[in-house]
Amino acid sequence: MNPRPTRDTDWDGVRLHVVTGKGGTGKTTVAAAMALALATAGRKVLLIEVEGRQGIARLFDCPPLPYAERKVAIGLGADGAGQGGDVYALAVEPEGALLDYLDMFYNLRRTGKALTRLGVMDFASTIAPGLSDLLVTGKATEAARRRVSSRRGSPHAYHTVVMDAPPTGRIGRYLNVSAEVSDLAKVGPIRTHADTVARVIRSPQTVVHFVTTLEEMPVQETLDGIGELRELTGGAIRPGGIIINMARPAMLAGADLSAAVSGSLDVTELAVGLKAAGISDNHGLAADLMTELREHAQQVILQNRERAELATAERPLYELPMVADGIDLAGLYQLAAALRRKGAA
Amino acid sequence: MSAPRLDIDRIIDDRRTRIIVCCGSGGVGKTTAAAAIGLRAAERGRQACVLTVDPARRLAQSMGLTSLDNIPRRVDGTRTESGGSLHAMMLDMKRTFDEIVEAHADPDRAAQILANPFYQSLSSSFAGTQEYMAMEKLGQLRHADEWDLIVVDTPPSRSALDFLDAPQRLGRFLDGRLIRLLTAPAKAGMAYMKVLNAGLAVVTGALTKVLGTQLLKDAQTFVTALDTMFGGFRERAEWTYRLLQAPGTAFLIVAAPEPDALREASYFVERLDEERMPLAGLVLNRVHTSPARLSAARSLAAAETLDMGDRPNGPVLPGYGDPDRPDRSISITVAALRTHAERMNLGKRERRLAEHFTSAHPAIPVAEVVAQPEDVHDLAGLRVIGEVLSQQAG
Ligand SMILES: Nc1ncnc2c1ncn2[C@@H]1O[C@H](COP(=O)(O)OP(=O)(O)OP(=O)(O)O)[C@@H](O)[C@H]1O
Ligand SMILES: Nc1ncnc2c1ncn2[C@@H]1O[C@H](COP(=O)(O)OP(=O)(O)O)[C@@H](O)[C@H]1O
Ligand SMILES: [Mg+2]
Ligand SMILES: [Mg+2]
Repeated sequence: MNPRPTRDTDWDGVRLHVVTGKGGTGKTTVAAAMALALATAGRKVLLIEVEGRQGIARLFDCPPLPYAERKVAIGLGADGAGQGGDVYALAVEPEGALLDYLDMFYNLRRTGKALTRLGVMDFASTIAPGLSDLLVTGKATEAARRRVSSRRGSPHAYHTVVMDAPPTGRIGRYLNVSAEVSDLAKVGPIRTHADTVARVIRSPQTVVHFVTTLEEMPVQETLDGIGELRELTGGAIRPGGIIINMARPAMLAGADLSAAVSGSLDVTELAVGLKAAGISDNHGLAADLMTELREHAQQVILQNRERAELATAERPLYELPMVADGIDLAGLYQLAAALRRKGAA
Repeated sequence: MSAPRLDIDRIIDDRRTRIIVCCGSGGVGKTTAAAAIGLRAAERGRQACVLTVDPARRLAQSMGLTSLDNIPRRVDGTRTESGGSLHAMMLDMKRTFDEIVEAHADPDRAAQILANPFYQSLSSSFAGTQEYMAMEKLGQLRHADEWDLIVVDTPPSRSALDFLDAPQRLGRFLDGRLIRLLTAPAKAGMAYMKVLNAGLAVVTGALTKVLGTQLLKDAQTFVTALDTMFGGFRERAEWTYRLLQAPGTAFLIVAAPEPDALREASYFVERLDEERMPLAGLVLNRVHTSPARLSAARSLAAAETLDMGDRPNGPVLPGYGDPDRPDRSISITVAALRTHAERMNLGKRERRLAEHFTSAHPAIPVAEVVAQPEDVHDLAGLRVIGEVLSQQAG
């Protein structure tokens, strides 16, 4: 699907994958699957959650994540089979990120605790959400830049960082950190920090993937989101791929599909088919099945229309199937394998 | 176990019902349900107003919600034979906030607040503000008393509970210690300096260091200004809150038959109970059903048989449908059987989830709305949803 001449994946060189999408389309699931897919043998990958919902813990069926990097899974092996590298996870919350920030830049951990007790973070996230967003994205970029030691040329602590980000409606402003705080802080330490974070987010090392289902609203939000990123940042923040999630298989194609939609199929055709399969057409069974088939055909057409809509964004498209019976670890590996097969990771 | 049926028509026909709140997690169909119920109420004679937050684009267009002027507009195409009417509006969060400021502060002070960078950041941020403003707008509409039924859609919160918490959060925040610290100099002048103890000095020192002097000053100005109008803020929030507890209010929880949405719905049931807010029932939206009496297993087996060319009852008789493809009936039958099996499995899973909810909350009435083959994007579509919703009791 995507021409991949010399590269391993479509996103080689990217160190921070930001995953956004309309609420409920599968951001957390896809971010986790992507982390598993990126963690080939010997590679350490960090999966970051930013909205305090413990979605990652629920997904990997482990106790709530503290504000600390914890190993949660082993990545998908090189050819799908063997053992991959380590996947770590971290749930960043603004308060912890503030303490880190004060500690790292000012050596002020104790004062930080006092500030927390006074409700500084409540304060910041209420009157200036941009500030707490900055602290959280700051933590993610720090992890992406972190080196094993301070020696020059020391390797990165994580090969890649995957962020389960806020939904599409907020992503532009969320990532456009320096602009968001620039009205608040024209100069000073916050400004400097914002500029550092922005440099990472605006570098080719960061891409923003959009997760969507093949429905009208999520698709519209995806296109709007890509447009907004472009508008807000003049292309400085790079949209990555579009991940079509929970696509339903099409049972019909070609002439049968058009016939089913246009209503030119005859119930007797179906009745004959049923009879051939040894099922008798009692209680109007053929008519009921015909109605279901027509509705399915309508949905296939709609899905195709949404796919065509998405293609106008001119981003690589990756399609993930609906996993029957809900997502468990096996389901995540299945999605990870699909992402890798398609070159997304 | 089967849940009691939710009777929407009884709720909307009861003149004592003055507010219906549709809540639930994102994407489940809150906006759709709110609009459908508003339309149905109007067409059954109520003077209804729908307050929506984020309608899908085509739905907004079909309801005439294209201009964002923050006041309800009459919806064309509503059937008015029974003497009802429908108005609708789309929430403009920032404008609603600006209006509160203008209503509660003298013009000079208001201008000062509106220009403050903190205010601008706060009033256009989605974290909490949207929820708060939706409740504020509801209070305003109810206060205006121009409609006898207001149907509200709640914001696409990450959690279904956010809109209940947002007003209190702002209140708690303005009462917080830090705020008192920041506003103290303005309030107490020089006296403040004397009581400023060493601990506080360290904190303000650190704040200055981290935030910079200008930022701290802006924050102080903003908070002081906000503080002067806080009495008004709080009064309103409390009024709206009591409104939500009043007997004329009916909460509907909207959920899709999916684990996450139903988990949120469960939390919400408990929370409404704690807050003593009147829950009318659960709208289970986008369920899959089938009238066909053929099991998934049998359906799949038959599809497989046909697909393998193994036809127990001999070759198909040609002469039906497409003359160029005499065996088209095989390919469409395979497709129909597979489609049916998928639908049956989906429906079964959904029913299991719904039963799980009902066994935890056996007294809560439920109305099911089948998944429509297409998005609901016009009045005709809304009317269908309204009909399906009300067919439950019959
Ligand atoms: N490919 C898939 N197949 C089947 N189920 C899926 C798939 N992807 C996601 N899901 C399910 O859909 C639901 C929503 O997914 P998820 O929590 O990842 O979405 P999200 O975008 O992170 O949601 P939120 O906006 O609430 O954070 C979950 O129940 C998840 O298990
Ligand atoms: N019963 C239904 N059948 C088909 N589509 C539906 C149904 N209910 C809602 N939808 C569609 O689902 C999408 C999300 O619905 P919406 O009401 O905007 O959700 P919410 O307000 O809860 O976020 C819309 O495109 C809407 O048309
Ligand atoms: Mg999530
Ligand atoms: Mg909505």
